[in-house]
Amino acid sequence: MIENVPVLLVVVPILAATLPHFLGLRYDRAGWTIAALVTTASFGLAIWLAATVFTTGEAVVHQLGGFPRPIGIELVADRLSTPFAVLVTGVSAGVLAYTRTGGPRGNSFYSAYLLLVGGLSGLTLTGDVFNMFVFLEIVGLTTYALISKGRSGESAVAALKYLIIGTVGASLYLIGVGLLFVATGTLNMTDLATAIPEQAGYTDPLVLSSFAFVFIGFAIKIAQFPLHSWQPDAYQHAPDGVTPMVAALVSTVSAYALFRLVYSVFTVEFLVANPYTTEVVVTFGSISVLAGSALAAMQTEVKRILAYSSVSQFGLVVLAYGLVNDTALVGAQIHLLGHAIMKGGLFLAAGTIAAGVGARTVDEYAGLAKRMPFAAGSLAVLGIALVGVPPSIGFVGKWYIAVGAVEAGAWPVAVVVFLSTMFTLAYVARLLEKMYFTPVADRPTSDAVAADGGESGDSDGTRERDSVTDGPARVPGRVAPGTVSKGMLGVTILAALLAVGLGFAGGVFDALLSPFVEVILNG
Amino acid sequence: MLDLLATRYAYVAFIVLLSVGLYMVIASQNLVKKLIGVNLFQTAIFLFFVAVAYVEGGAVPVVPKDAGGPTTTLVSPLPHVIVLTAIVVGVALTAVGLALIVRIYTEYGTLREDVLREVRADD
Repeated sequence: MIENVPVLLVVVPILAATLPHFLGLRYDRAGWTIAALVTTASFGLAIWLAATVFTTGEAVVHQLGGFPRPIGIELVADRLSTPFAVLVTGVSAGVLAYTRTGGPRGNSFYSAYLLLVGGLSGLTLTGDVFNMFVFLEIVGLTTYALISKGRSGESAVAALKYLIIGTVGASLYLIGVGLLFVATGTLNMTDLATAIPEQAGYTDPLVLSSFAFVFIGFAIKIAQFPLHSWQPDAYQHAPDGVTPMVAALVSTVSAYALFRLVYSVFTVEFLVANPYTTEVVVTFGSISVLAGSALAAMQTEVKRILAYSSVSQFGLVVLAYGLVNDTALVGAQIHLLGHAIMKGGLFLAAGTIAAGVGARTVDEYAGLAKRMPFAAGSLAVLGIALVGVPPSIGFVGKWYIAVGAVEAGAWPVAVVVFLSTMFTLAYVARLLEKMYFTPVADRPTSDAVAADGGESGDSDGTRERDSVTDGPARVPGRVAPGTVSKGMLGVTILAALLAVGLGFAGGVFDALLSPFVEVILNG
Repeated sequence: MLDLLATRYAYVAFIVLLSVGLYMVIASQNLVKKLIGVNLFQTAIFLFFVAVAYVEGGAVPVVPKDAGGPTTTLVSPLPHVIVLTAIVVGVALTAVGLALIVRIYTEYGTLREDVLREVRADD
């Protein structure tokens, strides 16, 4: 029975995606119930799968259609992929608590939502490089559709920009797959790991250029610095209920997929045989960390700050991939999982605050702690966790990456990690200062009037435009200010508690992940 | 060089199409033309897979039931299956992209990127 679970995690959400449409003909609000049932059931299945994999220590492998490896396609659930399967299903079930009152409604939304969950599960569990491309495109397509669900035209423009850049990224990955296929004649990840040295050799130009295409393709999907330009627009203009989902999962799972490819397909021997590949990866990540956090510190829109902050946090993960040691790689995994919870929670908090009082810029957050104590408190806790203050999951991830950098003898990288913490503190502290120490009386704020009165005084053109297109008070169809449900608040607080609670579980993460990472590192 | 063009013309065409597609995506101001550029970019990759799969004198990989086994060289069907799947993905992407362009046109009344930037700045 357990060997069927990986396939259920992929197939059930995708098949269930048709139900909101059919049942929607009869029941208006069938979508949410179906999505909640399916994601919760998937969450249960993913936990069962993870428990089995971690207790037996054996990977669960499903051969689709019963065809064995070189011919058929495999789904592989091992110690690396199951934590991400749990994350995908868990976050998607949690975000639904927000969308019931806060997010975009309608049955078509929940169809796309379930397709996205199925695509993400597939991306985590697949053991075949071409299948990975297909799931990457399923995830991409549904993400574009979900982002364009926003009421303003801006969201359509952001979605089209993402579509064009994202498609180029996925196509570059496909070229990489093609080159690997030419070099080895197989597409299965396990077979590729042995076929690359046997049939081509690590310094073969085909394999090298394949690595370059795969890395650049994923760098676009993960939003690394010079290739990140789609991401801030997409995160900012997506509906408030969609951004947490996209920010927590889409780039995270792409980063996981890159890890899979670099370490399970190209393997450590490839990186050792071509030392400059790791140099490129580390440099790419470091630049992303610095540029992303600097850009984040310059923004005034809260969702845009958080979006640029993702660029820098994923930079940390990518540079850890290039350090090639046990500590840094475990750190990268912990930081990926932790960042998903923290960033998802931060966007949930930002959405809740926007739905509650209509505040979207840093200035509008003035005195928020009094008006929405719980949402502001969660935002504060999650922000502090993102900076990396112990005890929080953000600290554990950064600590492992920094120690890994020192172990690898890469002192400049350790400095980069430290600088990123300082920058993160710069933009989080600005929010905290506004929420807790700037009195409301400074500004003529009283809910709906806030956007008008506040903007005329001291704003520049950009902010004015944003408030016109995005301000909840103006745009018809958005939730009117003041409607914050228990679910929206509850899931935000839950994310904050998880971000702190998981910080205490750092040792557990290490115990669970490091044996597997050691196997990957030592062959 | 000339020899390379004569024997590896499919790969040269792949590179040329890829570059033209990417150039269209970057340089064209028209959103529809940008999408056509994306399509060209993808089509170049299909050509690459088809060129890779070509075997001189290779037969269709359908082996008759009664024959003992393949007597001639057979072509691997896998790249063709990959191209078929990628074409389906490409069609879906084009559809979503065109839908978004229609939405942008009804919202802002333009298909040109530079005009769009001005309209959005004015709003």
